[in-house]
Amino acid sequence: MAEVFFFIAAFFVFGGAIGVVGLRNPFYNVLALVTHLFGLAGMFLLLRAQFVAAAQVVVYAGAVMVLYVFVVAYVGGQDEPLSVSTGRGNRALAVLFAGALLVELCVAILGSGLEALDSDGAGVAANDPNGFGTPGYIGSLLLTKFLFAFEAASILLLIAAVGAVVLARRRGGVGTLDEQRRISVSDLLAPIGTGTMAEAASGHVGTPALEAEGERTEGEPVKVTGW
Amino acid sequence: MNISWFIVVSAFVFCIGAAGVLTRRNPLVILLCLELMLNAANLALIGFSRMHGNGDGQVFAIIVMVVAACEVTVGLGVIVAMYRRRVPIDADELRELHG
Repeated sequence: MAEVFFFIAAFFVFGGAIGVVGLRNPFYNVLALVTHLFGLAGMFLLLRAQFVAAAQVVVYAGAVMVLYVFVVAYVGGQDEPLSVSTGRGNRALAVLFAGALLVELCVAILGSGLEALDSDGAGVAANDPNGFGTPGYIGSLLLTKFLFAFEAASILLLIAAVGAVVLARRRGGVGTLDEQRRISVSDLLAPIGTGTMAEAASGHVGTPALEAEGERTEGEPVKVTGW
Repeated sequence: MNISWFIVVSAFVFCIGAAGVLTRRNPLVILLCLELMLNAANLALIGFSRMHGNGDGQVFAIIVMVVAACEVTVGLGVIVAMYRRRVPIDADELRELHG
């Protein structure tokens, strides 16, 4: 049963991974990565990492991918031209490099001589009293043995959030700092309601020069200058 | 299932991701391929964690996910800033530091 589930998950994992690399539209790339992540969550379940699988689906496939989709929609996913201007040599070299990396990794795995690799893993019973991989187990590890890593990760998240806001903020868009309204003493001395809609409704024009003139006919729109 | 199956899948996904990083030119897709490589590493970590019957690898995988989320946030912020400044979103065109 586990074998069937494994191969179904592997199908999704490989399909998603090849889709991420091979499809040309960035929007489809993101969707392929979501497929990949779901397959990977299935593999985590087979490895008895229930909490990590749930976190993978919720955090990765849920939150991070939505962020990706929004950025793709904002930037506008341009299709890449199929013919690469910098030459096919680069692409062939890249594929060659990846193949060499794969051969190297396979040699490392098969030649490692780890006998436990050919087993189902160390004795974790189906109903382990410690609850291997459950949220309680991970939580107790995070709050005892890995407390420092936990706190460091939270600080890292805060820094990343602030950094992203600073990076993506609008620079010099609506107005620079000098043009922005400054608070002066006259603002505080003026009667409450100056310059608001309520004042206009009660008949004040708002501009002293126009009010002193007082000759404009009823219905004539007030000429407002200096927006 | 033998643990080696999972490790081999992880190696394959890592290489697919590496090929993607090297061949694709859109920074968004390069970030996606980086995610692929990080996830392959996560699978290997959890596989070895299961092999030893020890939960440390799972905690490590969660920390890797946190770092990946941070990397995505900052990377997407950079891409949005590039788009605002009308810089072409293409890794081949960005050669101002080329010398």
